[in-house]
Amino acid sequence: MIDDKMKKYDKIVKNAAGREVPTIINGEEHIPYQGVGKYKPTGKKYAPPIPTCADYPADGNKTVSNLKEVLIKAGLKDGMTISTHHHFRNGDLIANQIFDIAKELGVKDLRWYPSASFPCHEHLIPYLEDGTINRIEGSMNGPLGKFASEGKMKGLGVLRSHGGRYQAVQDGEVVIDIAVIAAPTADAFGNANGVDGPAACGLLGFALADSQYAHKVIVVTDNLVPFPAIPWQIHGNYVDYVVKVDKVGLPEKIISGTTKITKSPDRLLIAEMTAKFCDAAGLIYDGFSYQAGAGGTALSIGNYFGDILRERGWKARFIRAGSNKYPVQMLEEGLVDYILDGQTFDLEGVRSMRENPGHVNTSPFTSYNYHSKGNFASMIDIVVLGATEVDVNFNANVVTHSDGYLLHGIGGWQNCLFAKTVILPIPLFRDRMPVILDKVTTLCGPGELIDVIVTERGIAINPKRTDLLEKVKDSGLPIRTIEELKEEAERICGVPEKPVLSDEIIAVIKWVDGTVIDSVRRVI
Amino acid sequence: MNNSNKIAFAGNRGKGVKSDCFVSLELTTTGGISINLKSKVEVMFGNAIRKQVAGILDFFGIKNANMEIEDAGALPFVIAARVEAAVKQLIATGKEYLLDVIPENTSRTTKERFRFSRLYLPGNSPKLMINAGIHKPDGIILDLEDAVAPDKKFEARFVVRNALRAVNFYGAERMVRINQIPAGLEDLEYVVPHNVNLILVPKCESANQIKQVNEQIEKIKKAHNIKTDIWLMPIIESALGVMKAFEIASAAGNVVSLAIGLEDYTADLGTKRTNEGTESFFARSMVVNAARAAGIQPIDSVFSDVSDMEALKQNVLKSKALGFDGMGCIHPRQIEVIHKYFAPDETEIEKAKKIVNAFYIAKEKGLGVVSLGSKMIDAPVVKRAQKSIDLAVSLGILKKNWRVEMM
Repeated sequence: MIDDKMKKYDKIVKNAAGREVPTIINGEEHIPYQGVGKYKPTGKKYAPPIPTCADYPADGNKTVSNLKEVLIKAGLKDGMTISTHHHFRNGDLIANQIFDIAKELGVKDLRWYPSASFPCHEHLIPYLEDGTINRIEGSMNGPLGKFASEGKMKGLGVLRSHGGRYQAVQDGEVVIDIAVIAAPTADAFGNANGVDGPAACGLLGFALADSQYAHKVIVVTDNLVPFPAIPWQIHGNYVDYVVKVDKVGLPEKIISGTTKITKSPDRLLIAEMTAKFCDAAGLIYDGFSYQAGAGGTALSIGNYFGDILRERGWKARFIRAGSNKYPVQMLEEGLVDYILDGQTFDLEGVRSMRENPGHVNTSPFTSYNYHSKGNFASMIDIVVLGATEVDVNFNANVVTHSDGYLLHGIGGWQNCLFAKTVILPIPLFRDRMPVILDKVTTLCGPGELIDVIVTERGIAINPKRTDLLEKVKDSGLPIRTIEELKEEAERICGVPEKPVLSDEIIAVIKWVDGTVIDSVRRVI
Repeated sequence: MNNSNKIAFAGNRGKGVKSDCFVSLELTTTGGISINLKSKVEVMFGNAIRKQVAGILDFFGIKNANMEIEDAGALPFVIAARVEAAVKQLIATGKEYLLDVIPENTSRTTKERFRFSRLYLPGNSPKLMINAGIHKPDGIILDLEDAVAPDKKFEARFVVRNALRAVNFYGAERMVRINQIPAGLEDLEYVVPHNVNLILVPKCESANQIKQVNEQIEKIKKAHNIKTDIWLMPIIESALGVMKAFEIASAAGNVVSLAIGLEDYTADLGTKRTNEGTESFFARSMVVNAARAAGIQPIDSVFSDVSDMEALKQNVLKSKALGFDGMGCIHPRQIEVIHKYFAPDETEIEKAKKIVNAFYIAKEKGLGVVSLGSKMIDAPVVKRAQKSIDLAVSLGILKKNWRVEMM
């Protein structure tokens, strides 16, 4: 009998970032972080078992009557890995039902491999408690984050970026037994898309890897159309079964509170300073590209970029998104040629993707993937990201709160760090909590990839970026060192104490290449 | 005084309250000091808060008490103000718990300083004070008057006093609006010794009120051995005030600006405030004339629709055309618009550059008369042009060494 702890994690080493990480995670071997671009695996990519079309109905009808039946057909059993996707964000209806069925069938020790989890998945906590689900490998926030942070999850959590999730599937680190893809529109053959149907949510990019690599692929839809479902964002040739349900998701819930332009004067100021910085540094030009997320500050920055483009008669070549109505307005106004969209954040984004050929659906494969011959992220001129904490070496944390609780997923955050210029616009302190610290609670992104921190009280440029320092030196912008910003915050707030956390590890953070960059400790 | 069974409260709590705290204090007779803290920044600052609060209670000689604190990330200056406000409801003391004055807050201002924008900050809402200065208003107004509910007036004084000492306003002139005279005279004790630059006297209706304010200021200055000037900006907010505008504007040498408050004024007239402003044209012109006649700055009322920047712009242009030198703002986003449209425009700057340049040339050549082409230029014209240039330079729309480019 192996000790439970031994199974959960073991053999802790100090990685290249100086962080202590386990090399045995949930009983399997993992590689500690070695530095940016250092880890280059050899061999072949993982491949799923070979299917034969003779085993599938010639008339293309793969429908099965309900979710329970399909899970039984797919061979659901103890210890399997089940994947779902977050195209509906907090409006996901399928993941909870899958585990309701698993519980009913008495299946145990499942690994849930979502592309992200949301507060709606609080429903799963009893299954994490009773062992139906062993662990989540994916983002954990809200109630799930609290549950995991308090050390209550049976297995060790593993947090990956969107690109890292694709990488883990491609190199066989995670073998998906059953992928369940909630699709707003599908045909009986399994072709599916997110742009049509009553629950249209935009695109299904996060499910692409799962469709290609999972042993069994189930498409669930509430809008079953006659073959062919066009566009086929998911190819039916990868799909085993199709299930029709009454309601596949709540598209109105893909809008989160953070997808509106901020009204806060302080955040607007940070956004304006960020845009001014980009302009002064010569990062904005006719044909430039950028990525700004869905946060209120990021959206305002996009607006300021739009103002600059309009004023000068320029055009951006592309915006990488998370799209919602603001980039859509820019596309329709002709301020940008293309939106390369990874997920839509509101129904305007969905509409635009359906109607506008310039609004292109992408996946983590094209944008973020590590095991490919390049990806889009490194070609973007400006990427604007958030962070919960930054340290004086520009290392950043995006997953834990300063009290140690898991708070956010990584999303595409790590992958975007490879853009030409990475900017974190963040307030210098939140209430009384300074954002710039001596050491981040959890390391998610190495400082060498983070170029600029814009706060309301000054802008710090990574000393590595001598080019940027040179370009903005006469701009009149408040350029400071990161240490100066930290001191200013401490003058206002006081010097913060560090959280006292347990030695026990409850989750690990993966870097984009699959190595382990940091551990998350249990809160006390 | 036996207050052992009375509980004193101070501060704010509830949904949406940030950077503030709510404290309750009960004096007891035994058991020492018990501090019960619930804080959203417990991990980072829980110990620091408990230590600070214990220190304040000790300062006031309190040995036995129950203190409850609900903290939503209040900064130390806020915690100190809340605790002191609670203490002073229970014990009579002349002692004041004063925080160190940060070096930035010892700056003085001049009479002629530009006062385009002054941002109102409710005196009992510390959250709005913390970042006020980063939006670069010419002045910030810590408001003890209309923006503070009557039952919060007492505790607001401590917040305002502490803010004057400890909050960095990043170069903005530090102003306080006291309550209407005579009640406002009591407020002066909380602001005059704490590096205030300018005091706004609301609903001013006579030179005598200015005299009363100045007498009280002088008394406090003497007691605290303060030598620096404290400027006054009376606000005209009634028909009587309008009729007395010149008397008020010229009441004392430290009156630097005369402002108008249109909400109260229009109410006093029995009319409504409109965007066109016909109803206030007379009053605004009176204030401009009175201020100019007294050689001080006329300052316009606030514009209350914070979401309509276009209407604000029109308002500013109208205000400037009437002769005002600035206006109040109630939202940081208004500052930029006010600065932009009160600022001299391109034609004004070009003209001013030519005039000032001609002045320098005349000076360099030792000529007594300044001329531009065939036209002679009078001294007041030069002075006005110089003012436009200074303004343009201070706003960053003209380079400091602009004359180099003219040579």
